[in-house]
Amino acid sequence: MQTGRTMLKDITIGQYYQAQSLLHRIDPRVKIGGTLIYVITLFFYKNFVGYAMAILFLALVIRLSKVPFKFMVRGMKSILFLLMLTVLFNLFLTPGTPVISFWKLHITQEGTTLAVSMVLRLTLLVIGSSLMTLTTTPNNLTDGMEKMLGFLKVFKVPVHDVAMMMSIALRFIPILMEETDKIMKAQMARGADFESGNLFARAKALVPLLVPLFVSAFRRANDLAMAMEARCYRGGEGRTKMKPLKYQTRDYLAYLLLFIFAAGSIWAGRLHLPMLMVGLNN
Amino acid sequence: MSIIVEHLSHVYGDDTTLAVKALDDINLTIPDGQFVGIIGHTGSGKSTLMQHLNGLLKGSSGHILFDGQDIYAKDYQLKDLRRQVGLVFQYPEHQLFEIDVFSDVCFGPKNLGLSKEEIEERATNALKAVGMPKEYYNQSPFDLSGGQKRRVAIAGVLAMNPKVLILDEPTAGLDPQGRQEILDLIKSLQTESKMTILLVSHSMEDVADYVDRIIVMNHGRIAFDGAPKEVFAHYKELEEMGLACPQVTYVMHDLKEKGFDVDVNATTVEEAKNSILRALRRES
Repeated sequence: MQTGRTMLKDITIGQYYQAQSLLHRIDPRVKIGGTLIYVITLFFYKNFVGYAMAILFLALVIRLSKVPFKFMVRGMKSILFLLMLTVLFNLFLTPGTPVISFWKLHITQEGTTLAVSMVLRLTLLVIGSSLMTLTTTPNNLTDGMEKMLGFLKVFKVPVHDVAMMMSIALRFIPILMEETDKIMKAQMARGADFESGNLFARAKALVPLLVPLFVSAFRRANDLAMAMEARCYRGGEGRTKMKPLKYQTRDYLAYLLLFIFAAGSIWAGRLHLPMLMVGLNN
Repeated sequence: MSIIVEHLSHVYGDDTTLAVKALDDINLTIPDGQFVGIIGHTGSGKSTLMQHLNGLLKGSSGHILFDGQDIYAKDYQLKDLRRQVGLVFQYPEHQLFEIDVFSDVCFGPKNLGLSKEEIEERATNALKAVGMPKEYYNQSPFDLSGGQKRRVAIAGVLAMNPKVLILDEPTAGLDPQGRQEILDLIKSLQTESKMTILLVSHSMEDVADYVDRIIVMNHGRIAFDGAPKEVFAHYKELEEMGLACPQVTYVMHDLKEKGFDVDVNATTVEEAKNSILRALRRES
């Protein structure tokens, strides 16, 4: 028996894990910038020493974040298929010295190392970036982005408005999910069936769910716009913040640590170590 | 036909830091035809309990017997249960979706796979039962007033011909007259259609005049269970839970304290009036 709540709880967009940790307190700009640097760094490695360093670094950061490891793994489920596909293609389609051959398929030495490095890279990528959303509230995240992209205002990009839209959208995800859950249950109580039948029947079964959901979304949007206008909201011009983002000593230290990691692991990751090279580069 | 709940518990968010025990070892027996008020403040578990009774939520442990059958048994058809236990959610008007009132009420019976004539007959009866005049049948449900929308939504559940009707805060957001009308309508469903009614509310005042029995929920447990008079006798404990008794209960207790020989168990204004008049007559 699957009920609405259990069906929807696997979605992890903008999932935030409440905890008291250094990583939670750090400035969101550091976390966004840091994640970006970390992700780019992952693409420079040519040997497994680099990956080892990245794993070590990630383990340290996860430790600091106090978020249980199973929350990171949850994000992995969504890319499991992609991961397997990558492994298959890399294993069989990389030219090089064959290790095992059967029929027309050859598993090459180069393919094996390439597949392993791809899995490592993707896993590190997903866990690393989900760590950012797990330790930063959506509001903090958009705040940081607004500040980081502030320079675009010079080119007449409405940075504030976009950031506001994003934070409202993120804010509404849990509300709309709850609403969906509620309407789904209400229609199920009237005998609606969302789970059986062919594709066409299922799509048709969504009408009693989607119509009320849209009606309520529009009603909520209307109410929110009214409430914002009643409090004199008129865009970002001259608007001040209750909690302006300000770099602390720990934020500079975090940047320093990140830089050391990036520089160090790229240097080590590009050393020529014959036994530990990835793929075709030896 | 009865509902028996045995040692039912429910935990939300099992694997997070925010695990909440919404229901904690609930035991209940609800006989046929009873009008039960379920009272508790926000987060007391009353809505969660109601959703268990028609199988929308499954308990973490415990059993629910409907009509002698365990609804968690493997071969039990939850669809049958949902047909027999109608559930009207809070703000039910938010679930309306069809282009006109009549088709929206037809949605339930249509899902049961009935014939066209029977569907229409049921919808007509349900709309009659909630007192919606015929001229509204072809209107869009979105053009109706709040109170009318709610009646249509309740009709949508009634058209399933349930034996048990559960209503979650059916009077929330209605004006006093609309509230009165909805409550009278629910009472008539019990007396005329012999339905078992479970009415969830946070207002004692609302239910005191109507129900046979009150169950008070607090922190996922049943705090009190009994006839309104018995429950209101605990008015001090109820207050600690953040629940207010009907105002007459306070007046009667105050009068008693001041030395008037009145009946503190009066729950309705009418009873209170009679009791006070009697006391005054005796004094003079």
